[in-house]
Amino acid sequence: MLIIEDLQVELAGRTLLKDIDLQIRPGETHILFGPNGSGKTSLLMTIMGYPQYVVKKGKITFGGTDITHAPINERAALGIGMSYQRPPTINGLKTRQVLDICAKRTIDAGEMARSLNFEDFLDRDINAGFSGGEIKRSELLQLKAQNPDLMLFDEPESGVDIENMALIGTTIAQILEKESPRAGNTKPVARKWKERTKMGLIITHTGYILDYVPADKGQVLFNGVLACAGNPREIFQCIGQLGYEECVKCTL
Amino acid sequence: MYTVTELEEKARRALDKKATFGDDVDLDSFDRTFVPHKYLAEEEICALPEDEQKRLIMSGLDVTDKGRGGTYFQKDTTVIHCHSDEEGIEVMPVTEALKKHDWVKEYFWQLVPVDQDKYTASAFLELHDGYVIRALPGSKSIYPIQACLYLDKENLQQNVHNLIIAEEGSELHIITGCATSPHMKRGVHVGISEFFVKKGAKLSFTMIHNWAEEMTVRPRSVARVEEGGLFINNYICMKPVRSIQMYPTTHLVGNDAAAMFYSVIVGTPGSYLDIGGRIFLKNRGCRAEIVQRSISNGAHIINRGHLIGEAPDIKAHLECKGLLLGGGIIDSIPQLEGHVEGVDMSHEAAVGKLAEEEINYLMSRGISQEQATSTIVRGFLSVDIKGLPGPLKEEIDRTIDTSNRDTM
Repeated sequence: MLIIEDLQVELAGRTLLKDIDLQIRPGETHILFGPNGSGKTSLLMTIMGYPQYVVKKGKITFGGTDITHAPINERAALGIGMSYQRPPTINGLKTRQVLDICAKRTIDAGEMARSLNFEDFLDRDINAGFSGGEIKRSELLQLKAQNPDLMLFDEPESGVDIENMALIGTTIAQILEKESPRAGNTKPVARKWKERTKMGLIITHTGYILDYVPADKGQVLFNGVLACAGNPREIFQCIGQLGYEECVKCTL
Repeated sequence: MYTVTELEEKARRALDKKATFGDDVDLDSFDRTFVPHKYLAEEEICALPEDEQKRLIMSGLDVTDKGRGGTYFQKDTTVIHCHSDEEGIEVMPVTEALKKHDWVKEYFWQLVPVDQDKYTASAFLELHDGYVIRALPGSKSIYPIQACLYLDKENLQQNVHNLIIAEEGSELHIITGCATSPHMKRGVHVGISEFFVKKGAKLSFTMIHNWAEEMTVRPRSVARVEEGGLFINNYICMKPVRSIQMYPTTHLVGNDAAAMFYSVIVGTPGSYLDIGGRIFLKNRGCRAEIVQRSISNGAHIINRGHLIGEAPDIKAHLECKGLLLGGGIIDSIPQLEGHVEGVDMSHEAAVGKLAEEEINYLMSRGISQEQATSTIVRGFLSVDIKGLPGPLKEEIDRTIDTSNRDTM
């Protein structure tokens, strides 16, 4: 379980996030809406532990451990992972090697890559010249290999063409244990739902991801403040019709 | 062809001539007298002390000779082992070859000017030995020939002259290691190398330097590549050394001749590394590439790269990247020279530090800051060398890996 209490965050001396309270329980996936520059990515980077995002106030707890000031790799070890919107290129480091790092060499990178039509990229330098959609598939593959309990997605649909959207969407649903139930399960569906442990926090602009991932809760981040928690589809609809500013009025 | 007397006269006149680049070395303070060593049979090499074997392996010499097409092993001034297992490939000591075969003289001092500087002059006047490796026309070697120039005697100046000839249509791979014994501290290595890549031949030459902290190294090498020939020149130096200055030059003389220089250098405090590379593209369709990667942990590194396009339809690229990880200086000097219309030449050079963003990215995949740093550095040092046989490529990767672990 992720618990964020009264969080205030600065980047280069400027306050980006304030009064943030957020709880994600095992099995839950939350959607984060918000206009550009509202602090969505900053919130994800703060949860992941990027040192330039300085926590001035408040506390982040994950799985009972206070991680407010823990380094990135310790958070990763505790089970937090992230799918980046614009990850850096690392020259000379092959995608296959990064997958090995993610999975601590417990999986067959080739096999896993096949599930996302990504075998051809395994021997290319990570993120070097990748298109928007290729970056997303690479990021998903890394998360899949890492298999963390809490997954942070920064705009997983951006730059993805329609053809690949279904692949991205269903993969996210699958790794978050939110895929649509199939017949012939050994366990009753309801019990499987109860046993889910994966947590997700997804930033979206387009809302496409909602077609694939049945999210539990939506929230709007506006000017660094979380507002308007509720049904993600309703919130998305409200934003679509009235805009962010109108939509967050209810709570401000 | 020069007569020996002519060469000698020229050499004598150049005995005090300083090199264009690099710090000047007082050669008089070193000993050049011959050091006798016993010739070793193959199994005796395997019986060398373990720490010596380790240093040999680090420099590319596989003592078991497994996966090798032949071996040349020189200790100080003396050849202690020399043989070839590959049909069509000859490996012999240069002094012996000069006596036995007239054709060797046609190559000796044909590319490197004997009066270039005092190092070339000294190598002529007081030559110890060196190797001749020749691939006969059409012969293809899969396994590399290994050559090791080993220094054991304190304060020795080792003078070596190598001739490498890839005859028409042949394919030859050489891995050559230069190393010092574990106890050795101070010395000089002067190595003349002349490469002849004939029509349609392919030659790869991988040099691994593994010197001592007080060693001074002055290689002098020139290659000549004929029509459709390919010359791949790899250089790896990741161990402490006092001073290296080299500026290997290649002349692409035939149509569609190609040369690739790759160098991976890690410099530690106290090292002065002036590593250059120059390729002349003299005919249509010639291609050249120079890729340099250097890391300074406190060394002074100078990377010179010079491409000269003298014919249309040539393509040349120079890529020089430096990382400053722990002080020191990296001085990157790329130079492009186009002499006619229709040349296509480019370079990219960068000197910088490790990107925080890349370290954080990998840390978020679960590894520590130290592991992330060394992973990125390893990536930085890995250059995709095309045209090498699989095992040789793996071996280069392994060498870089091992040295990288040691330096980080």
